[in-house]
Amino acid sequence: MNQSLLTRERRLGMYRKMLLCRMFEDRVNSLFLQGRMPGTIHQAQGQEASAVGVCEALQVGDMLTSTHRPHEHAVARGIPVKFLMAELFAKSTGCCHGKGGSMHMGDAELGMLPAIAIVGGGVPLAAGYALSFKYLKKPSVAACFFGDGAVNQGVFHETINMAAIWDLPVVFVCENNKYGASTVIDSVMKVKTVSARASAYGIPGKTVDGNDVFEVYRATLEAADRARTGQGPTLLELETYRFAGHSRSDPGHYRSKEEVAAWKKRDPIVRFETDAQSSGLLTEPEIVDYRASVEAELNDAVAFAESSPSPLAEECLTDVYAE
Amino acid sequence: MSTPNNLIEKTEVEGRKLSIVEALREALQEEMRRDERVILLGEDIGIKGGFGGAFTVTLGLSEEFGSQRVLDTPISEAGFTGIAVGAALGGLRPVADVQYGDFLFLAMDQLANHAAKLRYMSGGKLKVPMVMRAPVGATTRGAQHGQSLESHFMHVPGLRVACPSNPYDAKGLLKTAIRMNDPVIFFEHKLLYGSKGSRKEAGGLELFGTVPREEYLLPFGQASRVRQGRDVTIVANLLMVHKSLLAAKTLAEQSIEAEVIDVRTLVPFDWETVFESVSRTGRLIIVHEDTLTGGWGAEVAARVADSCIGYLQGPIRRVTAPDTPVPFAPVMENFFVPSVEKIVNAVKEICQ
Ligand SMILES: Cc1ncc(C[n+]2csc(CCOP(=O)(O)OP(=O)(O)O)c2C)c(N)n1
Ligand SMILES: [Mg+2]
Repeated sequence: MNQSLLTRERRLGMYRKMLLCRMFEDRVNSLFLQGRMPGTIHQAQGQEASAVGVCEALQVGDMLTSTHRPHEHAVARGIPVKFLMAELFAKSTGCCHGKGGSMHMGDAELGMLPAIAIVGGGVPLAAGYALSFKYLKKPSVAACFFGDGAVNQGVFHETINMAAIWDLPVVFVCENNKYGASTVIDSVMKVKTVSARASAYGIPGKTVDGNDVFEVYRATLEAADRARTGQGPTLLELETYRFAGHSRSDPGHYRSKEEVAAWKKRDPIVRFETDAQSSGLLTEPEIVDYRASVEAELNDAVAFAESSPSPLAEECLTDVYAE
Repeated sequence: MSTPNNLIEKTEVEGRKLSIVEALREALQEEMRRDERVILLGEDIGIKGGFGGAFTVTLGLSEEFGSQRVLDTPISEAGFTGIAVGAALGGLRPVADVQYGDFLFLAMDQLANHAAKLRYMSGGKLKVPMVMRAPVGATTRGAQHGQSLESHFMHVPGLRVACPSNPYDAKGLLKTAIRMNDPVIFFEHKLLYGSKGSRKEAGGLELFGTVPREEYLLPFGQASRVRQGRDVTIVANLLMVHKSLLAAKTLAEQSIEAEVIDVRTLVPFDWETVFESVSRTGRLIIVHEDTLTGGWGAEVAARVADSCIGYLQGPIRRVTAPDTPVPFAPVMENFFVPSVEKIVNAVKEICQ
């Protein structure tokens, strides 16, 4: 896209967000390996341009839904990392008070529904939010992240069809990282692209380079504008790749070294830094400074999480019903 | 503890005689007039010239409220249930319905994993104020259009479950359900709808009930003692309340006075009323059309054994459908659905 349309400040803000996503994930990885976090984690290193590009196009009041791989979505949406970190540490100060964990991080008050760990399960929820926005005449849109694995779920079909016939203000965003766990997408989908399916619902579909943050931003903005102006949903497909295994226990033997290496060359952050340096947006010392400032923010988040109290065991019993 | 609300008292309430269908429709209409956020979603519920849903409950509502509030969906139970959950999260109060309760299984993920759990997994930050209406009960339509499914949903923490047996309760509970901030699964028995024609299988049941003209709400978690008796407590829901009352009549001719309790809601459950009754009668029969194993009657039996064992003078018996799919042939279906005779026999056995 024509980057000059975005202010320098905005572009650098997107860069810092991508760094925060990546370094959050890296920090979580090392904390996890040290045994300081319970559960499992699904990490998204390599998908920062997708998370940040989409969230950058959203506004206050919009609602984002996410998946079992939600850390970068939550960071990009702007939920303070200390609340995310505290949730991973299972502390009562976490964004879900310790009742969510890695796979459910989010905070609806900050524009992201607690993530949905049932593959495809969040798709109708996003459309439901969109229905409420339309009905209540709010100028908001719902954006819905899901993986390539979700596109063969029944609710994907049912929901996009309903969103289409009702012109709901929702943007369906498929992060196509080529694999659903160990299953390569080509083996479970006959059409070449996820976006090709849009024509079956009579809505626009588009495949974009998911590792180019500006491309992602532009495509999302266009889709969100469309939704906001009553023209209905769009199906976006962001081509990307996860550098880590599917979850902590996955060494990823089903992917070739060559394939991983080829995608690492398309690392969205390295790409951004290279381009930014050649265009004069960033200098090497500035990059060092950005990394140091993100590092400091993460140190604070970890300190906050570690010094936070655990929930009481009996809190297990609360929050089941509203009344 | 709640005072048991007596059906006998209710018939003395001033009002009109309505069927459950009419009572439910009134509840929807009143709540939609009262609160703009109440919308309906379902298949064939608002089509012009259509039938107002599978059992006519929503007939005429789209004329009054328009197609923005009475949303006709494609045949996509999982999808529109999820959309209802999302819309509830977004600030609406959706009332969705499936044409037959059996189809709830298609929407199970959205109900059990999302509607029921989002409040909890958000650490109490979210609420999901939605209602899912579901007709249940065997009506010679076989295995996929006749199940009773209350127990499945009673087993999902986070969901509320209602199962009214008469028009008065149906209206008062549905209005409360719509105003609740928790997801409610609202079961209705097809043979109690009160429509004519194909539902004549209901036999000689009194399907019309007195419903006040004035507005009223009924609380969840309050059972109703529909008949007083000293010898045995019969706990039932939906159609089985009516069969239990017929059984009680027969038993009275043989000098056994049965107390009949209509649970009205399964979640929350009014344990106090059941415990109080059993502590007086010393005997307990539970009757439901849901199948036996793991049915809600098992939970009642366990709780009573836990809290009232010292009062029990005989074994606890359950009179339920057997552990089979719902058969088609009337001769088999009549065997499947608990009969008045089976209830009478069970009572006599434990009263010996
Ligand atoms: C309904 C459902 N089935 C299976 C799983 C187990 N599972 C978790 S993640 C995953 C793969 C999902 O792949 P994709 O949607 O492409 O997302 P990605 O992991 O690539 O981000 C599977 C099979 C699940 N969570 N939910
Ligand atoms: Mg994938």
